[in-house]
Amino acid sequence: MRPVTADEIESLAIGAWILGTGGGGSPYLALLNMRQAYRKGVVCQLMDASELADDDLVAVVSNMGAPLVGQERLTDPKTMALAVTMMEEYLGRKFRALMSLEIGGGNSIQPFMGAAVLDLPVIDGDCMGRAFPEAQMTSFAIHDLRMYPLTLADVRDNAVVVARAASWKWMERISRKACVEVGSIASTCKAPRTGKEIKECAILGSTTKAIGIGRAVQAARRAHRDPIDAVLEVTGGIKLFAGKIHDIARRTTEGFLRGTAAIEGLDDFRGHTFRLAFQNEFAVGWLDDVPRVMTPDLICVVDTVAGDAIGTETLRYGQRVTVLALPAPPILLTPKGIEHVGPRAFGYDLEFRSVFA
Amino acid sequence: MRRRIGIDVGGTNTDAVLLEDDGVAAAVKTPTTSDVTTGITKALAALVARAPGARTAQAVMIGTTHFTNAVVQRRDLGRVAAVRIGLPSGASLPPFVDWPEDLAELVRAEVVMLEGGHEFDGRPLVPFDARGMRAAARRIREAGITSVAVAAVFSPLNAAGEEEAAAILAEECPGVAVTQSHRLGRIGLLERENAALLNACLIELARKTTRAFTEALRASGIAAPLYLTQNDGTVMLAEVAEAYPVYSFASGPTNSMRGAAFLSKRDEALVVDVGGTTTDIGSLRHGFPREANSVVEIGGVRTLFRMPDLLSLGLGGGTRVAREPLAIGPTSVGYRLTEQALVFGGDVLTVTDVAVAAGLIDLGDRARVAALPKALVDAALTRIRGMIEEGVDRMKTDAGLVPLIAVGGGSFLVPARLAGVSEVLNVPHQAVANAVGAAIAQVSGEVDQIFQDLTREEAIARARRAAEDKAVAAGADRATINVVEVEDLPLAYLPGNSLRTRVRVVGDIAE
Repeated sequence: MRPVTADEIESLAIGAWILGTGGGGSPYLALLNMRQAYRKGVVCQLMDASELADDDLVAVVSNMGAPLVGQERLTDPKTMALAVTMMEEYLGRKFRALMSLEIGGGNSIQPFMGAAVLDLPVIDGDCMGRAFPEAQMTSFAIHDLRMYPLTLADVRDNAVVVARAASWKWMERISRKACVEVGSIASTCKAPRTGKEIKECAILGSTTKAIGIGRAVQAARRAHRDPIDAVLEVTGGIKLFAGKIHDIARRTTEGFLRGTAAIEGLDDFRGHTFRLAFQNEFAVGWLDDVPRVMTPDLICVVDTVAGDAIGTETLRYGQRVTVLALPAPPILLTPKGIEHVGPRAFGYDLEFRSVFA
Repeated sequence: MRRRIGIDVGGTNTDAVLLEDDGVAAAVKTPTTSDVTTGITKALAALVARAPGARTAQAVMIGTTHFTNAVVQRRDLGRVAAVRIGLPSGASLPPFVDWPEDLAELVRAEVVMLEGGHEFDGRPLVPFDARGMRAAARRIREAGITSVAVAAVFSPLNAAGEEEAAAILAEECPGVAVTQSHRLGRIGLLERENAALLNACLIELARKTTRAFTEALRASGIAAPLYLTQNDGTVMLAEVAEAYPVYSFASGPTNSMRGAAFLSKRDEALVVDVGGTTTDIGSLRHGFPREANSVVEIGGVRTLFRMPDLLSLGLGGGTRVAREPLAIGPTSVGYRLTEQALVFGGDVLTVTDVAVAAGLIDLGDRARVAALPKALVDAALTRIRGMIEEGVDRMKTDAGLVPLIAVGGGSFLVPARLAGVSEVLNVPHQAVANAVGAAIAQVSGEVDQIFQDLTREEAIARARRAAEDKAVAAGADRATINVVEVEDLPLAYLPGNSLRTRVRVVGDIAE
């Protein structure tokens, strides 16, 4: 276990936003909450999963909902902590630590927000290695772990416990309905995990990885080097396309932000077009109408100059962007993983082919 | 004949030009004065003396960095009450939460957080706390606060909360200025609230400044209407613009880049604008500044304004030069150049003195820099070249050579040959490109409307036609109209596939 510095939280916000693959919501507001907490003297602890006893309990937390809504209904550490204490009351047991559901986007910082209120450590890891829109798209679901119970807290003192669910998809449907009903944003504590389950089924070390990506971007900026090159170096990623956004269509349905973005090529990509489809996160990319990249490979859209990630809710006509692919965690690339998070899980009838294959 | 006067009030100089049809008929450059008005009056007097036709101009356009500078330099800012409507959500991140502490201390007079706001689908989040608003309004009146910023959760979708708050404030606090966030920004509560807060703290200065501009104009015997230029290269009538000072934040750089395009007749180039205090490098695409992708910070405050993508260097005519060890800037003597620079009888070595010593320009008393060591002058010029070359390289989008248009009062500092540049374009009136950019500013038309049972393409096409009609009604030439912004937002809570569509078009003023 080691203390996390305020600078590391800043790096985490940058790295996690890149790993968010367009979704997960901007970490900015969660970062602001942490700056407030650190100003008051809070110091969070990062815990390696190996330090967990097999029967310890870990709270897997996330802020659930549409990223667009998160831009208006600002996230609050108290609501996050409430979802965790509700679960403790329901179970009649205390948690040993908190862990992020997804390291991509704002949910990378949510466990730190809860931990700051509850004085608990945060596990170095998550169960997506990126961001995904739905509950069954996790390493825990791929490992067939139990999906219930779940607690959901709304800022207006509405709270829901989903005591049982027949499957991961049922858990997703029931909790999503509750989330939409309270305005498409809620703090959730997912099914509690034992220390053994975390050690065997989580994607470990992803918090440290995200901090490392953020740190590389910051160092490149300070040295006036290309931050995108720095991301590719530290992750082993590939640059897929660079250009200007010339059309963007979005719709908010069932608590998700769905849509497409078209990019006109610039420089080396002049004369070509890249099209992206998203459901909160980027799911598939086509180069001149031929599928070029697809989930679970990480599809990241970043500002061509600054290297900052751009979320699906902040894509805008005229932005100059670069599309990157980063390698997915191995568990997502197994046949079972592809079933849960491959292109067909998002409604695209495509055979998964990794750009890294 | 079409006659327009463009004026740029910069930190160092106030420039004025008379544009007759498509040619610059006269141009003058005068020092900016600390009261701003005197500088404008002098510039206009000099312009009229040179071209008496200026008196019959049909429009006067002023661009100013006055409001941006007020925020950056933390001066002339009013104290503001912030009213946030959205509790119980967002309680941990109150208004001013991401402001630099020194600026927040200056501006923050009262922070009020009330229950209310809406959901993304239009339902109320919780009922609006009108009683709390009335009690807060009374506190605001008792505290003598005259400017209030109101921001409600999801107000761009449903402005009822902000409007109700404004009505209560108007009842309880006669004469109070209320900035409603939905008039300034889109989705993104903190950034929209920040824009409203910045606007509110500038509103008194904007009123005073705009009225001083109008007086200066009348005193010069010019009867034409006064317009202020906006961030996007369009104009707004001064009496409307004074309520929205934040819309003029980036008008200085926009004007100088638009002026550079007009004077050079180039639509695709880099522009280097060397002023008294800073050098701004930007990129022209289709005759307009390329916009910054990311969030824009003004004086350290995060906003979502659309701004030209600029690289600012601490290099200008008034920049101080230190001898041992050699250093250029970053501080500048600003508008005191004509008192403090060596060539003007002062005792501060500035970049202008170096340029005079090197024979790049003839200004002031050349004899006063004759004794500067040649090695010092050469080393300083090499350093300046390096700064510009590095800046150009950072703003380029590809590795090839690009043309560079040099504008601004300090454009004599830009060497004729630079690494990575195909040619350095020096054009007549380059020193007053920003005033030219103000004079050619366009008019806009905007439609923000909910369409039902139309496809997205049909809704956008219909909004576009309506926006074009509005621009033409405001004086635009239909043949020159371009779409500059298209945004659509589905409204799930309304029946019949509702789509909120916003289209903004701009065009040249018709003759």
